[in-house]
Amino acid sequence: MNKQAIIEFDHFSFQYYSQSEPTLHDINLKIYPGEKILIIGPSGSGKSTLGHCINGLIPFAYKGEITGTLMIDDQNTKDLNIFELSKMVGTVLQDSDGQFVGLTAGEDIAFALENDNIPHDTMHERVRRVAQMVDMQDLLSSSPFELSGGQKQRTSLAGVMIDDVDILLFDEPLANLDPATGKTAIEIIDDIHRTSQKTIIIIEHRLEDVLHREIDRVIMLNDGRIVADMDAHTLVCSNLLKENGIREPLYITAMKYAGAKVSCDMLPGYISTLKTATCNEALCTWHNAIHEKTPINDKSSILKMDQVSFSYDGVRPVLQDICFDIREGEMVSLIGKNGAGKSTLSKLLCGFEKEDQGIIRYRGEDIKDKTIKERAEIIGLVMQNPNQMISKSLIYDEVALGLRLRNIPEEQIKPRIEKVLKVCGLSPFIEWPISALSYGQKKRVTIASILVLDPKILILDEPTAGQDFRHYSEIMEFLVELNKLGVTIILITHDMHLMLEYTPRAIVLAEGRLIADTTASFVLTDAQVIADANLKETSLFNLAHMAGIEDGTAFVQGFIDYERKLKNR
Amino acid sequence: MKEYFKVSTKTIVATGLGAAIFMLLFMYVKVPSPVPETSFQTAYGLSGFFATLFGPIAGALISFIGHALSDAVQYGSPWWSWVIASGVSGFIFGFAFKRTNVEEGEFKGKDILTYNIIQIIGNVVAWIIVAPVLDILIYQEPASLVFTQGATAAIMNIISAGVFGTLLLVAYSATRTKKGSLSKK
Amino acid sequence: MKLFSYNTVDTPIHCLSGFTKLLCFLLLTFAVMYSYDIRVVLLIMIFSIAILKVSRIQFSQIRTMVIYALIFIVTNAIISFFFSPEMGVEIYGTRHRIIKLVGNIYLTQEQLLYQVTKFFKYASVIPLGMIFLLTTNPSEFASSLNGVGIPYKASFAVALTLRYFPDIQRDYRDISLAQQARGLDLSHKAKFKDRFKNSLLTVIPLIFSTLDRIELISNAMDLRGFAKYKKRTWYTSKKLDRQDFTAIGISALIFIGSLCVSLFINHSRFYNPFI
Repeated sequence: MNKQAIIEFDHFSFQYYSQSEPTLHDINLKIYPGEKILIIGPSGSGKSTLGHCINGLIPFAYKGEITGTLMIDDQNTKDLNIFELSKMVGTVLQDSDGQFVGLTAGEDIAFALENDNIPHDTMHERVRRVAQMVDMQDLLSSSPFELSGGQKQRTSLAGVMIDDVDILLFDEPLANLDPATGKTAIEIIDDIHRTSQKTIIIIEHRLEDVLHREIDRVIMLNDGRIVADMDAHTLVCSNLLKENGIREPLYITAMKYAGAKVSCDMLPGYISTLKTATCNEALCTWHNAIHEKTPINDKSSILKMDQVSFSYDGVRPVLQDICFDIREGEMVSLIGKNGAGKSTLSKLLCGFEKEDQGIIRYRGEDIKDKTIKERAEIIGLVMQNPNQMISKSLIYDEVALGLRLRNIPEEQIKPRIEKVLKVCGLSPFIEWPISALSYGQKKRVTIASILVLDPKILILDEPTAGQDFRHYSEIMEFLVELNKLGVTIILITHDMHLMLEYTPRAIVLAEGRLIADTTASFVLTDAQVIADANLKETSLFNLAHMAGIEDGTAFVQGFIDYERKLKNR
Repeated sequence: MKEYFKVSTKTIVATGLGAAIFMLLFMYVKVPSPVPETSFQTAYGLSGFFATLFGPIAGALISFIGHALSDAVQYGSPWWSWVIASGVSGFIFGFAFKRTNVEEGEFKGKDILTYNIIQIIGNVVAWIIVAPVLDILIYQEPASLVFTQGATAAIMNIISAGVFGTLLLVAYSATRTKKGSLSKK
Repeated sequence: MKLFSYNTVDTPIHCLSGFTKLLCFLLLTFAVMYSYDIRVVLLIMIFSIAILKVSRIQFSQIRTMVIYALIFIVTNAIISFFFSPEMGVEIYGTRHRIIKLVGNIYLTQEQLLYQVTKFFKYASVIPLGMIFLLTTNPSEFASSLNGVGIPYKASFAVALTLRYFPDIQRDYRDISLAQQARGLDLSHKAKFKDRFKNSLLTVIPLIFSTLDRIELISNAMDLRGFAKYKKRTWYTSKKLDRQDFTAIGISALIFIGSLCVSLFINHSRFYNPFI
């Protein structure tokens, strides 16, 4: 390429003033106009910092020491302020609720124009035009509470495109979206790339989901250095993903399990380009060999919902006629798109709301008359954001809170806390302030503070949200350990990998009704359930079809069983 | 001194969100006092806390906007004399900004004293001077009544801003502890 | 989850721009706050109730507010009487006793006039506020505030408060339920010394998680050029039309009228029928 680079890092390093080590080391990177780039790396690799350097938040909002140069559109970023940079680089942040500052979609899209003193009429005209590009034109007067996650993200996108920037930067665009919406988001980004020829930079750690559409180059960061700069095909063939803590696409894992050699000429970067001809045989043989019976859980029922219905206002039903039966020691996923009734269901279980009709039974006994406090000793709820649960500054005090509020004598509290901290792997930190812990450790503290009340059932809301592969695995393996100790676990999640890997059974809600209560492999391969619950077909299913295996569901189930066996070995 | 009144985007966002929390606390989170029919407004602890973190402008606007909007939601119209007094109290609380070591993870003896002297001055000026004088100017309320009301409000809010604000600042400073000093057990 | 039960109804009041309504609200409020003439106060009161009718606000929308406001005004009236039963006499300079109450306390005509006037002064502000709140799209608040001269940064802070209040309310509810599950008692049953501590346990997670968001939101705003210039325009501002000017004109006339009555007729803020 003899074109002039639009973004050029030259021996660029950056160190936050608050840190003892540089976060970015000697970055040399050229990005050309019209390219579509994926920047990938585990948490703490420096990928977000790199994004902040491009959009100007560094050094505008985050101070630190810069060495080397960063040129954007032939201008040294040292000589630009964040406002000038914002005319060249538009950033879509991962938290679409944080980015949505307007009271309605229209106002939010217009935000940049308002700051530029664009006259009222021109502004409305431009907002209408951009809204059309992301299909939001009919929702301009909707408030953020009336919009779905995907619609909020499209609003954010329109809000940065309105400035007609040359570079679009997406910071973890998939983080808060359900699978189907995430897929649509990738398609919208791709369509914009095709039609506008803008330079696109996507920062993500979910490789397979981004590779739903084509990417020109993948840049991989780890420990603040670029460790790979190549196309998707070459990347998935290499060992770089595993070495750097990025999850490889599931179909690649399956092919490797089957003993097939994955090479670049198979075009394995995208499931849509993959040629499986050379390994069909291996896949079929493997599939036939891994048939296994899933052990049937014949333990007694621990939690049963019997025709439960609920409505907040007495008019619009939020849950209708829900029936399911969870057995002692199970690990179950509760899935469905936003607003399907998942959180309401967990609120009913915890006694925060009371069912209008039907019965909730714990070990056969109706728990209607138990108070919130009493239910907590049976069913514990762990909220998604640990910061919303933590009210003390020391780990010991935080975990002790539930016991102290129950007036349990201090000498009985101590052994219980030591025990639960040991289970949670937090014993070494017993005297630490919570603020010094990582996100994953904080999550464990909140789990410990619930576990200390000794509930038999634990409900976790998106336990791995925003976590990279390594932290995700840590949290989930910890939950598996807990599960083995006899705690029944219900996971509310959007993460299809999680469901596939860790929960044999999935309960699916859509529009307040239970639409499936079956194996994870079935949920992710059944077209009807996928459509109703905003899910996405797993790539394993496509792989099975390409290899000529008829029963795709069985192939997916085989894969799950095989993985579990590998893990338990 | 100029730094005191600098209004960055962060100050504005802190003001907007701070006022939203102020509203919530003002309407729903009151601590009943031992005297019947009275309660402590935890909201003034919050404005003390935000003002110490973000300065007088944020402090003034948080209390002013928060109080005005909660009045509007509850009574249909803001009670201007008291809303303005709230704003004044928040403004004065803001002089604790950069006078304590709370951001460095220290909020002990001297810092607690500094914050509390400032919040007491703020409450006294707001409730014993501003609110009664405005009540007299606007509504010609009897002086004896408004000064009694003002003194009561001052005492109550000094306790709220003192207890609640100090506890919040202590808790916040604990989250600012440096990592270097820690070792595993 | 909406803060005010604003809804779009096609009435002349709803059609006015937010700026007009804010300006009229301020003019009328000042008019009624300045004057202690019962005739002026009552006229404005009747006028504002008429406007309330025109804007087709249902009583159900404002019932709670009316009850709260009435309790407040009545309590104020009673306390105020016992604190200063002679206030009216002081103001008007005469004493016409009506009835002896307890001990030395007499009800005078002067006190009655003073308190009745004050009662309506308070009461007439309420419908004005309600009209503004219930007929103005919250989106127009910030641009209207900026329009009447409030700096745009402060106006935008108000918009942010309106935007994020429902989020914060929802978070608070969730946090408080989760803490109750851990055994927290938020009721009056808790001992007094525990009450501060207990409410702190729900408020701390709320405040600290909000502090995290502040940074994120201000980054998002910086990235889109907030506070670049000394001025900004507003997507929701409306061009003023003839109706707006009429409304502002009427309010301004009432405001000036109220001032003139005080300055030229009463020669004081008080209307004194006793001399």
